Amino acid sequence: MVKKVIYGNHAVSYGARDSRVEVIAAYPITPQTQVVELLSEFCASGELKAKFIKVESEHSAMAACVGASAAGARAFTATSSQGLALMHEMLHWASNARHPIVMANINRAMGPPWSIWTDQNDSIAQRDTGWLQFYCSTNQEVYDTTIQAFKICENDKVLLPGMLILDAFVLSHTSEVVDMPPQEEIDEFLPPYEAKYKLDLDDPRAFGGLMFPDWYYELKYKQHRSMEKALKIIEDVGREFGERFGRYYGLVEEYRTDDAEIVLVVSSTVAQTSKEAVDLLRKEGMRIGLVRIRTFRPFPKEKIRKIASKVDMMIVIDRNISFGSEGVFYTETKAALYNEKSRPPVYGVIIGLGGRDVRVEDIMNIAKKGKNNKLEINKINWWGVKL
Amino acid sequence: MKLTIPEEELMYEGTVDCQGCGAGLAMRYALKALGKRTFVVIPACCWSIIAGPFPYSSLQVPLYHTAFETAAVVSSGIKAALEIKGIDATVMAWAGDGGTFDIGIQSLSGAAERNEDIIYVCYDNEAYMNTGIQRSSATPYKAWTTTTPRKYPKARPKKNIDEIMVAHEIPYVATASVAYPEDFIRKLQKAKNIKGTKFIHVLAPCPTGWRSLPEHTIKLARLAVQTCIFPIYEVEDGKYKINIKPKNPKPVEEYLKLQGRFRHLTEEDIKEIQEATNRKWKKLLKKEEFF
Repeated sequence: MVKKVIYGNHAVSYGARDSRVEVIAAYPITPQTQVVELLSEFCASGELKAKFIKVESEHSAMAACVGASAAGARAFTATSSQGLALMHEMLHWASNARHPIVMANINRAMGPPWSIWTDQNDSIAQRDTGWLQFYCSTNQEVYDTTIQAFKICENDKVLLPGMLILDAFVLSHTSEVVDMPPQEEIDEFLPPYEAKYKLDLDDPRAFGGLMFPDWYYELKYKQHRSMEKALKIIEDVGREFGERFGRYYGLVEEYRTDDAEIVLVVSSTVAQTSKEAVDLLRKEGMRIGLVRIRTFRPFPKEKIRKIASKVDMMIVIDRNISFGSEGVFYTETKAALYNEKSRPPVYGVIIGLGGRDVRVEDIMNIAKKGKNNKLEINKINWWGVKL
Repeated sequence: MKLTIPEEELMYEGTVDCQGCGAGLAMRYALKALGKRTFVVIPACCWSIIAGPFPYSSLQVPLYHTAFETAAVVSSGIKAALEIKGIDATVMAWAGDGGTFDIGIQSLSGAAERNEDIIYVCYDNEAYMNTGIQRSSATPYKAWTTTTPRKYPKARPKKNIDEIMVAHEIPYVATASVAYPEDFIRKLQKAKNIKGTKFIHVLAPCPTGWRSLPEHTIKLARLAVQTCIFPIYEVEDGKYKINIKPKNPKPVEEYLKLQGRFRHLTEEDIKEIQEATNRKWKKLLKKEEFF
């Protein structure tokens, strides 16, 4: 077992190395560059036996991964923001073609104006491309999720690509201790990828050709069913990972929700900040907890319903905005609860767009405002916006 | 009798290409040349249709359909996977002129700069034929298409993709024509044994889009060469060789007059095209002389 103090970005690189990825294709973009720099070194030194295609764009990065995966290789890339947006067409392609590619996306605000700091609008905009999305909150989780993502995505019942997501700078460039199990133990957990369907000289088939309306619809149904099945696979893989390595993962992480009256719904590093806030508020006597949504796609509706059934109020804190609507985690949370017989009021707060700092006091004040019925319902609560 | 074209067929009969389709013929020859150990990558183009809808395939080799602009890079990805798995095979990107000259040029240029070990074949029918004859940057000067009406035909010359590829300093660039299958097959077989990026540009007449008779496909493909409108040459490690050198080039009019897409040309237009063709041919002869 190796413990290292590393950046979030390097946690991705080590995770990809220890997953023994076979083909990497990537294009540099701040703040993702460290991910691929370290992977280049792993490939150059022979520490990782992979082909690294240094492509001329992110669109090509994803297209190269698509080709590699189609030929049966374990493929990996990493990007951010504008790069992810450029990939958009090929994100659909990867999912529709059922290629279990894994990608890290460093959440960075979309331009213009240019920003290199975090918010979730880049990855949220890819919500409907058919990728699993894991929002990570610590460097350890980043490393662990990279490895788990391959196991989840390559599962026969899933066969979809997966994206692990971390906040620009707040996580990508922050050093934390990361515990990396011995390679042979990871190999046991994640054996080499044996593609069930691939381009094969001995069994030549055509992939992705024209399909008429009498078949296309059923494929979409199956794609969605695979997403639904992934809900269980994610939990199974998270549990197996925990049994082997002592760190358990699932669709959501609950924190001090047992007797909570108020629950914050959060994601990514805002969740870590919120845990501090919860601890301090508990000391002040507030019965508060939080649920961190780790898996955004597939969306853990059942988990949300279960938590909602026990509490008096939910406050969803979004670091993203769907213009003309509201925060997207807010919409999704409400939608999961709409048909429940009884459900708590759900408030929506937007915070920290473009990397504006999210402090413990911010979260505490949001919770207090909620408790005092000072948050507006059915309206966006813009936290800290200068008007 | 000695056959100069391999007998093995790796393309099924009864494909859905138009009558007299040059692109259909080109693929048939290409697979004969490359053989069974070939992976084919096809972006959006006429061949997305010719290859057959689900659950059919008109090819007897593995085939990956991909997005318009990604033929070269998806091929690179496949090749990388094969290399890491120790599988020795040819990967051929098979794209139309739109997917090569226009939307695919970025990923093609990237692959060529990295010298990816792939064969990239552009079958050139000189417009977006699959979507219904819209101009591409491969459409010749003054040609009619549905987006360059006769009143305002294409105002710019055909992009010189071959010289763009030569400028990438890849090991092999060649042009070919379906009227000269032995030459085309020889080039593909040569490309198969060269490591790095190989670019082959084959002229594939399109009766539907060129407004020509299906039975004129081979004739047109030959006339394009004999008039020097589409010279057949290869550039190996930077060295030029013109493979078919018409002794007395035919007037371009012979080529143009068989195609409805040039029906509106005036005598002056034809003269202009003749002069441009002469200039281009002379330049190529010089290149062969000096490089």
